[in-house]
Amino acid sequence: MILVLLILVPLITGIFSFLTKGDGAKGLALISSIITMAISAFVSAGNFSAPMHFITPWIPNLGTQFSLLADGMSSMLCLLTGIVVQVVMTVSWNKPVEKAGAFYGLMLLSQAGLMGVFLANDALVFYVFWELALIPVYFLCSTWGGEKRIAATFKFFIYTFVGSLMMLAGLIYLSMQNPGANSYSWSNIMHAGSSLPASQQAWVFWLIFIAFAIKMPIFPFHTWQPDTYEQSPTPVTIILSALMVKMGMFATLRWLIPILPQGVAFWSQTIIILSIIGIVYASCLAIVQTDIKRMIAYSSIAHMGLMSAAVFANTNMGMHGVMVQMFNHGITITGLWLVVSMVENRWGTRDMTKLGGMATSAPLMAICLVIISLASIGLPLTNGFIGEFMLFNGLFQTNSYYHITFMVVAGLGIILGAVYTLNMLQKTVYGETVKMKITKDLGSNEYLGLAIIIILIVFLGVYPKPLLDLTSGIATALVP
Amino acid sequence: MSQLVYLVPLFPLIGFLINGIGWRRIPKSLGGVIGSLAVFASFCVSLGIFFEVKSDSFHGPVLVQLFEFIHSGKLFIPFSFQVDSLSSLFLLIITGVGFLIHVYSTAYMHEDEGMVKYFAFLNLFVFSMLLLVLGGNYLVMFIGWEGVGLCSYLLIGFWFKNRDYTNAAKKAFIMNRIGDLGFLVGMLLILFNYGTLSYQEFFGKLQGTQAAGISSDTYNWIAICLFIGATGKSAQIPLYTWLPDAMAGPTPVSALIHAATMVTAGIYMIARSHVLYTMAPMTLHIVAIIGLATALFAATIAIKQYDIKKVLAYSTVSQLGFMFLALGVGAYTTAVFHVMTHAFFKALLFLGSGSVIHAMGGEQDIRKMGGLGKKLRTTQITFLIGCLAISGIPGLSGFFSKDEILAAAYAHDPVLYYLAVVAAMMTAFYMFRLYFLTFTGGFRGTEDQAHHLHESPTAMTIPLIVLAILSVIGGYVGLPGVISEHHALGSFLSSSVTNISEHHLEASTEWMLMSVSVTVSVIMIIFAYSVNKKPDFKPATGFAKVLENKWYVDELYDAVIVRPIQNLSAFMERFAERKGIDGLVNGVGRSVRWGSDRIRMLQTGQVGFYIFVMVLGMIALFAVGFFWVKL
Repeated sequence: MILVLLILVPLITGIFSFLTKGDGAKGLALISSIITMAISAFVSAGNFSAPMHFITPWIPNLGTQFSLLADGMSSMLCLLTGIVVQVVMTVSWNKPVEKAGAFYGLMLLSQAGLMGVFLANDALVFYVFWELALIPVYFLCSTWGGEKRIAATFKFFIYTFVGSLMMLAGLIYLSMQNPGANSYSWSNIMHAGSSLPASQQAWVFWLIFIAFAIKMPIFPFHTWQPDTYEQSPTPVTIILSALMVKMGMFATLRWLIPILPQGVAFWSQTIIILSIIGIVYASCLAIVQTDIKRMIAYSSIAHMGLMSAAVFANTNMGMHGVMVQMFNHGITITGLWLVVSMVENRWGTRDMTKLGGMATSAPLMAICLVIISLASIGLPLTNGFIGEFMLFNGLFQTNSYYHITFMVVAGLGIILGAVYTLNMLQKTVYGETVKMKITKDLGSNEYLGLAIIIILIVFLGVYPKPLLDLTSGIATALVP
Repeated sequence: MSQLVYLVPLFPLIGFLINGIGWRRIPKSLGGVIGSLAVFASFCVSLGIFFEVKSDSFHGPVLVQLFEFIHSGKLFIPFSFQVDSLSSLFLLIITGVGFLIHVYSTAYMHEDEGMVKYFAFLNLFVFSMLLLVLGGNYLVMFIGWEGVGLCSYLLIGFWFKNRDYTNAAKKAFIMNRIGDLGFLVGMLLILFNYGTLSYQEFFGKLQGTQAAGISSDTYNWIAICLFIGATGKSAQIPLYTWLPDAMAGPTPVSALIHAATMVTAGIYMIARSHVLYTMAPMTLHIVAIIGLATALFAATIAIKQYDIKKVLAYSTVSQLGFMFLALGVGAYTTAVFHVMTHAFFKALLFLGSGSVIHAMGGEQDIRKMGGLGKKLRTTQITFLIGCLAISGIPGLSGFFSKDEILAAAYAHDPVLYYLAVVAAMMTAFYMFRLYFLTFTGGFRGTEDQAHHLHESPTAMTIPLIVLAILSVIGGYVGLPGVISEHHALGSFLSSSVTNISEHHLEASTEWMLMSVSVTVSVIMIIFAYSVNKKPDFKPATGFAKVLENKWYVDELYDAVIVRPIQNLSAFMERFAERKGIDGLVNGVGRSVRWGSDRIRMLQTGQVGFYIFVMVLGMIALFAVGFFWVKL
């Protein structure tokens, strides 16, 4: 039952939020997000022993039931969702939004969708929540976004919609292989998929994977991302990059790797190569960006590239690293976006070439930005390092003649990552002071939000054991 | 005592946290006291550990496991420390010299607004370096390894308003990162082949390699990858150019980077991994060649520099080259010996130059100095001792360690020895050029500066005096074989690292080598005096200009690596991303629209046309069916 609450709390408060007037929505959203975070923390903490289940009939005629499962990976991602949404709500407390009721309502609906995606143990439930998470984002982006929001939303919509439809077709195809009362349940889908002949698995693979590849995104399906991140309002960008991107990764781990093992084996080398090209390509593009948001967008593509390469490397260490890195990347990139939105509020621009001297004019913010950036380039004793080390390790152990080449080329990403990140720091934090519009260092709610992020960064960097323990079972289940 | 080893890095960490969190509220002088005390406390613990390790009751390395760091599947990497003679010696150097630099900084940085922040960074630096040498496995070493890179970044760019300084900081970090990638690959190779990162397990398995059937290529590659890491951290060719630029930071930071921390990391790593390197003679060869080449190359540049700190920086690069030469010929303990003596005299020289810069009101150009000895007596005398030590004048510490390196090089291959003597000659020349131009002759600066000249406060001169004493006596722990059979340092280290035994040199040969190197050094000092008695600074031409511009290596890297990457990135942004992929996506959208527009035209509404198309379709179906069956 507690799992249903994870979805219901944001869903109901989200619907109520549409009805509120004025500041009420803000308070409602904050309270809702705190409750959801507490529940997700409870689920994660309880998960060290055994996974939690919830099943109830839904549409028996279609062979689907409302079935939820919280194993280590699911509860970790729910916890991430809980933390990130709560931090976003806290930090945006004193930022006025037009039509606040609708804005917070859509945010919460999207959160409900995300929770559902991470918990779903039935393919149709999974698909419904997948769409529930995405649709509010279209509205959020097209209503509250930047100047070119319509074009960006349209591109985002086309990309993801094409992917979603193909995925739906793939899931229906799989469920039809093995019709019955619960033909959409995960175990049934897995049974149907893995008993397909290899040649069929090879093409069903793409039917399902395209949607995930677009969400992650994997080169060359990524061009929606910088535009959408740039144009969306920052809270939405955070939902997109910290959480929705993980949807693609999570779905690959839950709904692809175990289901089509031979299809995955057939294409894994290709995906690894694409991912690694993506790392270098996105890192190079990040170097030449002047808009901080676009730079972070490309850096995120590079990071996700490493994660997807490690997923398809098919090693236990790599899988475990991906789990850990999903969480860590979500935390770190949330911190980056938060600081970027604060910069935009105060200086009125995101163009690095027009910024400078944050260390003098807003030292606390500067310190936070430096620490979060260091986590983003995977400095040891920050959370970024643990995941990155395990990912490289996993990629290195992959059963391929080119495993060393893969690792070394992917490793270029850590050099290039230092280049663009330190460039950004040099241009924004250091140098001569550029006049601010609002001369104020961190407000107390901003301070609180960033403090949560930084504490997590350092704690998980020094003592990653809780996170590793939470997910080790799933990694072993995927690759023994 | 050695179970309490975690205290050694803990104190600087606490200092960092106190100063780092309270940097706006803590008064400046208190910040300095907290920072210095933290390092002093570590020094006291290190001293206790050192004597315990030195005592006869100490057997083998002690492993102290703090907590589980990474545990995944079969891989288990604890956060552990290893105490043995090698790490305990480095602890003493780092905390001892580090403490003196902290004390010196309390006076040197007193005028600076960000003094508390400065001490926070300094403590973090010491903390990272301590992790590096204490780590019981390569991963903990790597934490410190990247940590010192971060701290150098923060401290080099300490005066962050200056664009050049932040550029230098960025360069240091990125160059280090290039090396770090090598280190990372090395670690992964070890994990892949041996399944562990712990020193003891790895070396144990390594010695059983033949039995395990792992080819020699593997451990050669491991050794090379780790060495790439060392070239970054210890500023060797080709990754040395960050170190001279690192001068942008406050002068005591340079002393810390060059003497006590950071650049010695590469030497430490190879000495720590000596089992591996001894098994990979091919790699040792590369180490020796790179080291010797760096020693020569950096020395030529130092001859023509006019910035007091730049000369010292290139001399560090050159001296590090000597240490790598020693490692390369298998004389690991000799390299560690030189690390120690070099820490003393290089810290002394840098702090001395800081005292000069302090007196000159920030001026660093030696062309504008001269005759400073009259006003800065203590600085002059201690600086002279430093110069004598680095030039290898008998009786001072540098003589013993450098002589040991030269002898080891001779025993390995006389050619290495001759080239190394040339580098040593140049060392004596540029150091005394620096000395004479700075401290003797007439003053060449402005009236204002001349008026301002004064000796530095005691907090700065006392560290100078202590380091000067150490620079004199520090060498007596390693007397050459012809004088004494007992090599105190060598026997202390022998429990953790021993040299590859070369054939022993004859006593007469050793005397001969010693006298050659001393003679050339003395000649060079006299030569430096005669050249710089009446200095004139004509614009350099020809070869001198090449040296003055550091062989244009920075420009070369810029043209060959930095700019192509930028251009390629800009090209990809413009063509691959916008026109290529985006164009394709948009093109698909447009062509669907275009196609639908055309297909719409087919709906003409004329029944005759529809029937015509229908018939065409049926013929096509028949044709396909017919040929399909045939095929």
